[in-house]
Amino acid sequence: MKDAFGLPQSLLVLGGTSEIALATARRLIARRTRTVWLAGRPSPALDAAAGELRGLGAEVRTVAFDALDPDSHEAALGKVFAEGDIDLVLLAFGILGDQAHDEREPAGAVRVAQTNYTGAVSAGLVSARALQAQGHGSLVVLSSVAGERARRANFIYGSSKAGLDAFAQGLGDALHGTGVHVMVVRPGFVRSRMTAGLDEAPLATTPEAVAAAVELGLRRRSETVWVPGALRVVMSALRHLPRGVFRRLPV
Amino acid sequence: MSADTVPVTGWGRTAPTTARLVRPRSYAEAVAAVRDCGARGGIPRGLGRAYGDAAQNAGGSVLDMTALDRVHAIDVEGGTVLCDAGISLHTLMRLLLPLGWFVPVTPGTRYVTVGGAIGADIHGKNHHVSGSFSRHVVSLELLTADGEVRVVPRGTELFDATTGGMGLTGVILTATVRLQPVETSLMLVDTERAGDLDDLMARLAATDHRYRYSVAWIDLLARGAATGRAVLTRGDHAPLDALPRRARRDPLAFRASRLPAAPSYVPEGLLSRTTVGLFNELWYRKAPRARAGRLQSIPAFFHPLDGVPHWNRIYGRSGFVQYQFVVGHGQEDALRRIVRRIAERRCPSFLAVLKRFGEADPGWLSFPVPGWTLALDIPAGLPGLGPFLDGLDEEVAAAGGRVYLAKDSRLRPELLAAMYPRLDDFRALRAELDPRGVFTSDLSRRLEL
Repeated sequence: MKDAFGLPQSLLVLGGTSEIALATARRLIARRTRTVWLAGRPSPALDAAAGELRGLGAEVRTVAFDALDPDSHEAALGKVFAEGDIDLVLLAFGILGDQAHDEREPAGAVRVAQTNYTGAVSAGLVSARALQAQGHGSLVVLSSVAGERARRANFIYGSSKAGLDAFAQGLGDALHGTGVHVMVVRPGFVRSRMTAGLDEAPLATTPEAVAAAVELGLRRRSETVWVPGALRVVMSALRHLPRGVFRRLPV
Repeated sequence: MSADTVPVTGWGRTAPTTARLVRPRSYAEAVAAVRDCGARGGIPRGLGRAYGDAAQNAGGSVLDMTALDRVHAIDVEGGTVLCDAGISLHTLMRLLLPLGWFVPVTPGTRYVTVGGAIGADIHGKNHHVSGSFSRHVVSLELLTADGEVRVVPRGTELFDATTGGMGLTGVILTATVRLQPVETSLMLVDTERAGDLDDLMARLAATDHRYRYSVAWIDLLARGAATGRAVLTRGDHAPLDALPRRARRDPLAFRASRLPAAPSYVPEGLLSRTTVGLFNELWYRKAPRARAGRLQSIPAFFHPLDGVPHWNRIYGRSGFVQYQFVVGHGQEDALRRIVRRIAERRCPSFLAVLKRFGEADPGWLSFPVPGWTLALDIPAGLPGLGPFLDGLDEEVAAAGGRVYLAKDSRLRPELLAAMYPRLDDFRALRAELDPRGVFTSDLSRRLEL
C-alpha cells in the first residue's frame, strides 16, 4: 500500500533498464519500496539492474516483457499482479530512434512508434485494468516535452510521445474516481545513455531530478509533472508560436 | 443493503482508495455482507475518525456499521448499557446523561462509534485513572470470518485480540459497556500554564492523580527556553452543589451546538508556520496563568473541534498526518529530544497534546502503556515530513515506545514488531480464526498485520 505521502511499497517498472526508472527505483527503495519487478527483454543489463537494486535492500524480480509484442503483455503482467498488489507501475520504456536514418528507412520509424506508442497503449491498458481491480495504485507514464510540439529534428520520436501523452491523459480521466491515479511525467532533455552524443538542449536535466519530481508528484497526487518545472512555461510559450516562426527556431 | 463503489479515506484525507461501501441494516445483512466479501475481503468502518487507512480496503468491501445503532438495554441502577456497536458516543451521551450516566472514556471527538472505540481501544483524558475503553467493556458480540456470531467475554484471548485489533478479528455487533455516574452535565476545570516542557512534566507527574481528567495542550512551535510550553486543563464532573442555583434546575442537560461546516475547498498552506505560530502564541497568552473551578460544558471540555463539522478540510487537499506515540516512564529524555526535534523542525502543529498514561490494558495491539504520550497534527504536504517522522519512529522504538495504529498512515512496517510485542500472537490468532483473510484493510496490507 502507498503511505500518506504516496510512497509505494511495491513497484513494477516497464522498461527495466531505463535510467530514469532505475533512478526512481533507487529513490523509492531508500524510502518505502520493498518489492520491485523489473520488466524488460531478458539481458545482462536487466540482471545487472536487478542486482544493483537488490544491493539496496529490495526484493527484486525480473519478468520477460517486450513492448513490441503486445499479445504477450496480458500474460507477462498478469503473472506479476497475481503475486500481489502493485502500488506503482512506472511505464518507462521507449526508444529515441535515429531521425535521419528513420526518415530514409520507414521501418525504423515504425519501430519507434510501435515501441513508444502501441506498446505503451497495450501495457498501459493491461496495467490500468489490474490496478483498477485492486482499487488503488499509481500509473506513472514517462512522456516527453518532445511530444508537446513536434520539432523538425525529432518529429518521429516526438509524435510517438505526443500519442502516448494524449493516451495517458485520457486514461487518467477514465480512471478518475476509481482509486487509480495516472501521472504523466514530461521531462526535457535528460542526460542519459539514450541521449549520449546529442547536443544538450536548454534546461537539460538528470535521471535523478526526474526521480525526485516523480516522488513529489506522488505525494501531491499530481496529474502532470514537468521536469524541470520551468519547462511548463517554456513549452506553453513554444506551443503558441506560429508555425513559420517555430520552424526557424534553432531547437 | 446499499452498496456503492466509492473512494474512501480516513480523517486525515491521505491515500484514498476505492472500495465497495456496504451499509448493513440488520445483523442478517451484516452476516451476508461478511460472507459476500470476495477475494479482497472486507473491513468494518464506523464514523471514519481513524486518521489513516485503518477503515479502508482497496478493491474490497468496507462495511459501514453506522446503521446498526440501537440501544438494547440500559441498566439505570447498575450503570451498564447494551448497545449496537454502530452507535456513536454522541448519541450515547445524549441518551445517558439525562439518566445520570456518562460514557466511561471519550476521545477528543464524540463522533466515534462504540465498535470503533473498541477496535482502536481508544483512550481519553482520564486514562491515568480509568484506562482505555476496553477496560469498561463487559462483553461483546463478534461476527467472525466464518459468518458466525460469537459472544466474547472479557478475559478471553479473542477479547484481547479484538480490543485494539483494528477490526481485523471481525465485526463487533454489540457491546455491553460499564458507565460512569455523574451528578451534572458540567465539568469543573482547573487551568494552568507551564513555561516549558520540564515544568509541564513536573506538574503532570505531581498532581495528575487529583484529577479524573487531565491533558496539556503544548506549543510545539515555541523554541529555546520556551520549548514545550503548555496549557494544562484538568478537571472532573461537577457535583450538583458546584452549580449555580439556576443551572441546578436542569443539571443533566446536554447541549452541543455546532458551527457551520468547514468549506469543502480550502487552499493549500492555510496552516503555515506563520498562521499556526500566531495561533499558538495567542492560545498560550489567552490561557490564564492559573484558574481553578471554572464550569465548562462537556463539548467545550472534551470535544472543542466537534463544534466545526469537517474541520479536517482545513488542511487542503493533501490532508494531514496525525503522529501519536507513547514512551514509558523513565524515558523522559527521549520525549525531550523528540519535542526539541519537532520544535526545531518548525512543524506547524496547533493540535498538539501531551498526556500521562496510567496502567495498560491487556489488548494485544492496544496502544496505551504507562508513560508519556504526545499527539500532533502536521499538514501532509510539508516538505521532507516522511523522513522526519521516520527519524522520530526510530527514537520512539529505541525508547521502547510505540505509535498509535488508529492514527498511523505511514509507519515503516519493520518497526511494528518492536513496538507491539504481542504482534505474533495477533497474527497467529488471525491465521487460525480467519485463514482466508476475509478481514483485510489497507492498514493490515501496509503493515502486514
